Amino acid sequence: MTSTASRGTRVIGALALVGLVVTVVMGLTLPLTEEQLEYSRLIAIHPAIAWCAYLAFFVTALGSALYLWKSTRAPLWDHVAVASAEVGVVFTALTLVTGSIWGRPTWGVWWVWDARLTTTALMFVLYLGYLAVRRVPAAPDVRATRAAVVGLLAAVVVPINHYTVEWWRTLHQGESLAPGTLDGRFKVAMLVGFLAMTLAYAWLLVHRMRVERLEERLESEGLDLAIAERQAEAVAP
Amino acid sequence: MWRDAMVIAGRDLRIERRSRVVTNQVLPFALLVIVLFAFALDPDRGVLDRAAAGLFWLAVLFSALLAIQRSFAIEATDEARDGLRLSGLDPAGIFLGKALAVAAQLVVLEVVLTAGIAVLYGSELRGPLLLAATALLATIGLAAAGTIYGVLAAGLRVRETLLPLLVLPVVAPVLLASTRAWEAGLQGVPGEGWSWLRILGVFAVTYVAVGIAAFGTLLEDA
Repeated sequence: MTSTASRGTRVIGALALVGLVVTVVMGLTLPLTEEQLEYSRLIAIHPAIAWCAYLAFFVTALGSALYLWKSTRAPLWDHVAVASAEVGVVFTALTLVTGSIWGRPTWGVWWVWDARLTTTALMFVLYLGYLAVRRVPAAPDVRATRAAVVGLLAAVVVPINHYTVEWWRTLHQGESLAPGTLDGRFKVAMLVGFLAMTLAYAWLLVHRMRVERLEERLESEGLDLAIAERQAEAVAP
Repeated sequence: MWRDAMVIAGRDLRIERRSRVVTNQVLPFALLVIVLFAFALDPDRGVLDRAAAGLFWLAVLFSALLAIQRSFAIEATDEARDGLRLSGLDPAGIFLGKALAVAAQLVVLEVVLTAGIAVLYGSELRGPLLLAATALLATIGLAAAGTIYGVLAAGLRVRETLLPLLVLPVVAPVLLASTRAWEAGLQGVPGEGWSWLRILGVFAVTYVAVGIAAFGTLLEDA
C-alpha cells in the first residue's frame, strides 16, 4: 500500500473541498452587518470549526469506551480515538484562533474570560495531554489502554470544567440559530460551513486512522525483522 | 475495600513518617511559593491580601503535584508496584488508601499554608467553618484525581513532566471553586462562598467514583 487514500476517501475529500470552496465564496460575499461590518462573515467558519472540535472529542470518547469494553476491544477503536483526538486538537486550535480574530473587533480584546472560551482553552490543553500520553512509547495494547482511560476521563472532565466556568461567568453570545436573530443568507452560509467542515473532519479522520494502522504495522514488523537479523547473526560464524 | 484502604494509607503514611520527604521537602517548597508570590506582587499595595485565596490554592496545587509524584515514587522502588499487584488487595481499596494518604498530607500542608498566609499576607480567617469545609472537599477531589493520573503516569520515563500536564487542566475547577469560596471566607462574606462547595462536592464524588471503578485497569494494564 503506497497511499492511505481509497475510493471512499477520494469522494469525501472531493466533496469536502467543494464544500469548503463554496463556504469561502459564500462567506466572503455575505452582506456587511451594521454592528460588525466584515467580521460577521466569520460566522461561515467559526461555529462549524468549533462543532467539529466537539464532534471529534466525542468520537474519541466513543472510541476509547469501545476499546475499554472487553467484548468490543479491537485496535480499530484505539486508532479511531487517537486519530479523532489529533484532528480535534487542530480544530480546537482553529476555534481559538478564529474566535480571537472575531473577538478583537467585536469585544475589543483578543481574549475574554467567558465561559465558552475558557472551557475551550482547557479542553485544548486536556487533549494535548491525551496526545502526550498516547505518544509515550509502550507495547501497543498497554499504550491503547492507557490512552483510552485518559480519553474517556476527558469526556468527564470537559462537562465539569464547563459547568464550573459557566458558574464563574458568561458573556459569550447565545445560540446563533435562535429564530429571528439571523438573516437567511447567514444561516445558509453557516449550514454549508457545518457540512463542509464535518466532511473535512471525516476525511482527515480516515486518513489519520490509516496512518496509525501503518505505523503500528511498521513497529511490529520492524521488531520481527530486527529479531530475525539478530538470529541470523547468531547462526553465522 | 475499606480495610485494604486503611492498610495502604497506613503504609504510605508510615513511609512518610520515616522518610520525611513531604515534611522536609514539599512543605518548605509550598512556603517558598507563597514567599515568592510576595516578591512577584508588591506586598505594600494590598494586592497580596486581595489575591491571598488564589495564591494559597495555587501553592496547594503545585505542592499536591509533588505529593502525588512522591506517592507513586515509593511504588517505583524495589518493585513495590508489582508487590502491590500481587498482594491480592482490592484495587479500589488501594486507590482509596493512596488517595487518603495524599489527602492527609495535603491537609497538614494546608494548615501550615493557612498559617503562612495569615502571617505573611495578613489575611484574616473570618469564616473558619467555610474555609475548613472548602479545604476538606477540595482536598478529597485533588487527592482522588491526582491518584488516578498518578498511577497512569507512574511507570513512565516522562512522568515528572507528564503529570502536571494531565492533572492541572483536570483540577482547574477545584482551583476556581475553592478560590472563590476562600475569597468569600477571608473577606467575611461566607454566604457567597457556600454555593461553590457544590462544585467541589460534585468533583470529589465524581473522581472518587471513577478511581474506584478504573484503578484496577490502570494498575494492571497501563
